[in-house]
Amino acid sequence: MTVGPPATVAAVREIVSRVVDPEIPVLTIADLGILRDVRVGPSGEVEVVITPTYSGCPAMAHFESEISAVLGQAGYGEVSVTTVLSPPWTTDDISADGRRKLTAYGIAPPVGRAPAGPVNLSVATHRPPEVVCPRCGAVGRESARFGSTACKAAYVCTGCGEPFDYVKAI
Amino acid sequence: MASPQVSSVDLFEGVLRMADDALILSHRMTEWASWAPQLEEDMALANIALDLLGQARLLLTYAAELEGAGRDEDALAFLRPEREFRCVLLVEQPTVHHFDRLIAVLLTFSAWWVPMLQSLTRSSDVRLAEIAAKSVKEARYHLEHAAAWTNRLGDGTAYSRARMQQAVDEIWPLAGDVFEADEITERLVCAGVLPDPEAIRPAWDAAIDQVLAEATLVRPARGFRPGTGRRGVHSEHLGYLLAEMQSVHRMHPGAQW
Repeated sequence: MTVGPPATVAAVREIVSRVVDPEIPVLTIADLGILRDVRVGPSGEVEVVITPTYSGCPAMAHFESEISAVLGQAGYGEVSVTTVLSPPWTTDDISADGRRKLTAYGIAPPVGRAPAGPVNLSVATHRPPEVVCPRCGAVGRESARFGSTACKAAYVCTGCGEPFDYVKAI
Repeated sequence: MASPQVSSVDLFEGVLRMADDALILSHRMTEWASWAPQLEEDMALANIALDLLGQARLLLTYAAELEGAGRDEDALAFLRPEREFRCVLLVEQPTVHHFDRLIAVLLTFSAWWVPMLQSLTRSSDVRLAEIAAKSVKEARYHLEHAAAWTNRLGDGTAYSRARMQQAVDEIWPLAGDVFEADEITERLVCAGVLPDPEAIRPAWDAAIDQVLAEATLVRPARGFRPGTGRRGVHSEHLGYLLAEMQSVHRMHPGAQW
């Protein structure tokens, strides 16, 4: 009989939680809230459940292979990664720790809850969220609602003048 | 899973229609990479295209499972001939060099797609409801973006206003395809899988009227042309689009990356 690593949910979660986002490498999949569940079967088989941020998120294949790789390195043989859509991911799922790490990395974390209700169709009533510059803390001005990745908007700081990314609430 | 009274053939067809709308519009938007009027817009169009591609992949994967014929999302996207595509003619229209037309297409499509997805979150088909709940969050931003550009061009210079009005006038006859229903739609509506297309119409009308009015543009008085895309009869433009989109996959069958 071979002795494997401890197949407890906590042990597996601890290992899987080290997988980071390829675009924002200071955030782990746990910080982002895309790690939904860890299950360990009776004979030690591991199932990790993740959810995409955006439906076209190009990092999903990367997460799957990374999760299998880190668990493989830790000695877990039977690993499967399941992707679920429901409930849909929201920026509300980013942890408080994740928000602090984002700011420290130079990206403004989402402000407020995911938008609901009717879509604002009027330029006159468009109110971009009030986002503060992650570098100097002054107020930012929205320069484009779509930024360097699908999940971000582009802002420019009115204080230091630097452009910065903002993770928009979704 | 599907309600028992829905045939998987109907469901396949219903899902494929939406998948093809998202896939073909996504491809049209990727053609804009590096051509947009400003760098931020290049990023925006690429991001919107990526969202639509993601939605198309979820829908195509589901369609392939419903069909159960051994095809996957890639086989459906890259190995079907033109007559098997089910997108509306609106999304296949060429837009490169006509930013105004791209915005008119994105506006009229998104003004339908957002309320359609909102309604689909209550579909009797659980999988479709999940895909819709995911997608609608993204589509909201697309509609906002298209509305903002329509305003900027329409309420801009005399030249930009004329161009935007012309673009709306040009694509208008194709904008109503999405509301058409055939017997497949009717069976899916009956089973609670799809909303009644006409029930989506008031939200579309209200959004279009509001955006055009604020952009100082005139809603075209002419009616919609009867749609043919849902039964696989397309404009001349889809063939060229597919020739480009499918060429790499067809040259390297089974290639993975």
